[in-house]
Amino acid sequence: MEFAVPTEFFFVLSLILFTLGALGVLLRKNAILVFMSVELMLNSANLALVAFARQWGSQEGHIFVFFVMTVAAAEVAVGLALIVAIFRSKQSINIDDLHQMEG
Amino acid sequence: MDSYANLIPLVILVPAIGALINLFLGHKLGERLSGLVGVTASVLAFIFSVLIFAYLSDPAVVTGIVIDPPLLDGWIRIGSDAGFSVNIPWQFRVDTITAVMLLVVTGVGSLIHIYSIGYMHGDPKYARFFAFLNMFMMFMLILVTGNNFLMMFVGWEGVGVMSYLLIGFWWDKSAPVGWRNSDAARKAMIANRVGDFGIIMATILIFWTFGTVNYYSPGEVANSCYVLEHAESISAEQAEHGECDAEAVEAFATGAVGEHEEGEAEGSEEATEESSEVEGEANAGIVLVQETETEGEHAEEAEAEGEHGEEAAHGAHMSVEDMTNANFMPDQMGVFAQLDALVNLDEGETIPWAVSPDGTVIERGREVQFGPYSADISVVLFLIIVFIVLGVSGKSAQIPLFVWLPDAMAGPTPVSALMHAATMVTAGVYLLVRSNVFITYSPEGRLLIAIIGTATALVAGLTAVGQWDIKRVLAFSTVSQLGFMVAAIGVGAYVAAIFHLVTHAVFKALLFLGSGSVIHGVEHGEHHVHELHAHDHHGDHHDDHGEPFDPQDMRNMGGLRARMPITFVTYLIGTFALSGLPIFAGFWSKDEILLDALVHGGESTNVLDQLSGFIVFFGLLVAAGFTAFYMWRQIQMVFFGEPRSEAARHAPESVPSMTIPLIVLAIGATFIGLINVPGGAWPFTLFYKLHEFGHFLEASIPSITTGHTLDFNWLLAGLATAVAFGAIFLAHSIYAGNKAVRGEHGAVDGRDPLQDNGSTSQIFTAANRRLYWDDFYFAVFIRPYQRIAAFFADVIDWNFWHDYVHDKVIKRGYDTISQLLANPLDIGLIDGAVNGVGRLVSYLSGRFRTAQTGYVRTYAVVLLLGVVAVIVLMVLPLIPIGS
Repeated sequence: MEFAVPTEFFFVLSLILFTLGALGVLLRKNAILVFMSVELMLNSANLALVAFARQWGSQEGHIFVFFVMTVAAAEVAVGLALIVAIFRSKQSINIDDLHQMEG
Repeated sequence: MDSYANLIPLVILVPAIGALINLFLGHKLGERLSGLVGVTASVLAFIFSVLIFAYLSDPAVVTGIVIDPPLLDGWIRIGSDAGFSVNIPWQFRVDTITAVMLLVVTGVGSLIHIYSIGYMHGDPKYARFFAFLNMFMMFMLILVTGNNFLMMFVGWEGVGVMSYLLIGFWWDKSAPVGWRNSDAARKAMIANRVGDFGIIMATILIFWTFGTVNYYSPGEVANSCYVLEHAESISAEQAEHGECDAEAVEAFATGAVGEHEEGEAEGSEEATEESSEVEGEANAGIVLVQETETEGEHAEEAEAEGEHGEEAAHGAHMSVEDMTNANFMPDQMGVFAQLDALVNLDEGETIPWAVSPDGTVIERGREVQFGPYSADISVVLFLIIVFIVLGVSGKSAQIPLFVWLPDAMAGPTPVSALMHAATMVTAGVYLLVRSNVFITYSPEGRLLIAIIGTATALVAGLTAVGQWDIKRVLAFSTVSQLGFMVAAIGVGAYVAAIFHLVTHAVFKALLFLGSGSVIHGVEHGEHHVHELHAHDHHGDHHDDHGEPFDPQDMRNMGGLRARMPITFVTYLIGTFALSGLPIFAGFWSKDEILLDALVHGGESTNVLDQLSGFIVFFGLLVAAGFTAFYMWRQIQMVFFGEPRSEAARHAPESVPSMTIPLIVLAIGATFIGLINVPGGAWPFTLFYKLHEFGHFLEASIPSITTGHTLDFNWLLAGLATAVAFGAIFLAHSIYAGNKAVRGEHGAVDGRDPLQDNGSTSQIFTAANRRLYWDDFYFAVFIRPYQRIAAFFADVIDWNFWHDYVHDKVIKRGYDTISQLLANPLDIGLIDGAVNGVGRLVSYLSGRFRTAQTGYVRTYAVVLLLGVVAVIVLMVLPLIPIGS
């Protein structure tokens, strides 16, 4: 390993990506954009997992990444279907309009 | 020759099996078969009894045998052999008293079973009746065959229960006059229970005093003198009779024979003196009760010199030497043998009584220790006799408990004959004869028994004169005759008592069955009359003026002589036998009692015995007069004169199954007295054997006196016969042809000639009201009892317990406490807590619901903050601070 990017770099990148995703979730009103922000957070988590896996020479991180990707794909399938259904009934995907679950 | 005595368990088992068959299968068997089962059982028992009797009549075996039946050997066994233990085996005592009682019970019993086939015909509870009869017989046989007071008590209670069940057999029948059957049964039960208390007390006292309740131990014989007299025949036949296994008898017989052969071969002076004395007195037929005390002094010499002779001298009476051998416990020795040894001790003298587990010999004197108290043996003895007499007065209907027997006539007539005349009521007499050793040693006890017996004979005899009911006359007669037997025991005439018991069983059974036949006939006559009247509606029922017809009332009878000839003749024979006319059974037995009383009182030096002899002789002479009087009155009212009711006019003779037993019993009543013909004068010397019955019985009665072999006394017999004939003549002159006993309305207001005679009307009324004895009991016991019961019921139970304690204290207290628990505690505290929790939850949820905005963003922020907080919490401890 004559040349290797230190793990801290990946970690910092992952942190930046996660922060961007989190801010996106909190600040955007478009449901699709919120969705994408969530994907961004997941991917930042994936990046961190892979980085740690490399750091420790372990396979578990990679396996978790595959799991996360699979779950994310399933989530997208369900989430997009939900968004489409909501749009059909409300003519909007602004999440601020969706507060029927209010206590 | 096999020992027929071993049939004893069978004698009891056969009626038991018969009873069980009828009890469980009776309703399926039908009348004919269940009657057959009952009769077969009793006849089989009779056959076995005859075999046992025949076996025992051999002089070599009459000394009595104790039989251990299989399985029941350890009937009652408490504690170990070492130290305190109670061991009461189920053993049978087979001796001549037992054999006589066996014959009476099964013989009379069988005839009555046969009679019942006809008498109970058509009764819906037919099978049950036979089951009860069989079961009664079983218990009576246990009573007479048991070898201890406890077995006797088992039988005693058993016959009491069967008596209760049979008196109340027609419990659903309401009697036309007086008591209902169930009342009579209860009365009998209660009177008997009072007596049973006495038996229980006596048994406990006996056990406490002697450590055992056995009459005899297997090795003991009852009467050593008897054995001495028959010693040669015993030793000669001993090889043949292997079953005469009692060691004492064997040692006894050989010793006695040796003595006869060797004469005065013994070394020591004392021993020689003893043996000669023994021999002399034994041959005279007197119990050797005095020897024990003298021998106590010479115990060692005697044991060394003439062991066999000494054992021989005492046989049943355990000698002091046997005790010095110190290898016995009290329960290896019967009550009577122990008593012999104890009573003859002097003041302060002791004998070795038992061996304690550590080997020390326990000494015992005349004093009996009862916990902290002690009493002289003679006092204890008197107490035992008092308790026994209480029991006897219950079962054998003596004063003061005789009131139940006349009411017991409510039961079916065969029951009256079997139990209340011939067998059960004689249990008391049997018990007294069994306890003869007690009685012999207690002059006070004898006097008590003599007074009670004589008083009963007189009171019951007088009462019988005033009765209207045909069976009730016989019932009081039975009470009176039982008084004769008890009085006989009071003067030591045990043989005469048993003799009278036997003859009385026969002729009173005859009379009862005869009266049953008469009642049966009158009832049938009444039915006949009613059938006639059913056709023509004249409605002129002669005996029906609002009162139901009573077929047992003698005022409804009369003239039955022609209608029922067989019943009449047999009844007449029974009357003669009971009245004691010469040749007939009662003559012999009654005269024997009177003679014994005379001799007993005359020859004794004890003032108590003179007194009892005097009382018994004159009392019984008067009672015998009563007997002849009321019996002839009955004959006149029932069989002579004109019929006093339509029912009597149409009464038919009974069926053969009823008349045949009557004929058999009549023959018995005529001739049975000849079994004990006294000697002394010309016509009697023609008999093959004199005093046959007395000789037979004496083997079983250790304390027999010479009274049982008294010669015939012409003067006494003449006096007794004159009294009987005089009474009959008197009764005849009053009642013959007299129709005054029939009133305008039949039986109800019929008056007796004695009632219309100024000087006797008071006495008759008193007799008719049973001498106010029942009224007395009502006034003294029953009414106070009812008052007390009412007081307890009303005041104590209702007012105090119910109204005050229950309603006030318990209920109100409960109410208060439950109010307290319900209001503040349950509603206030528990409900409050539960509801408070609910309200709290409801309130909090109202506050918290506003947190749910429904905006995804809000949740996301919260989620993020939560994640950050978790991370901070997780990471913070990892950061080394201030290092």
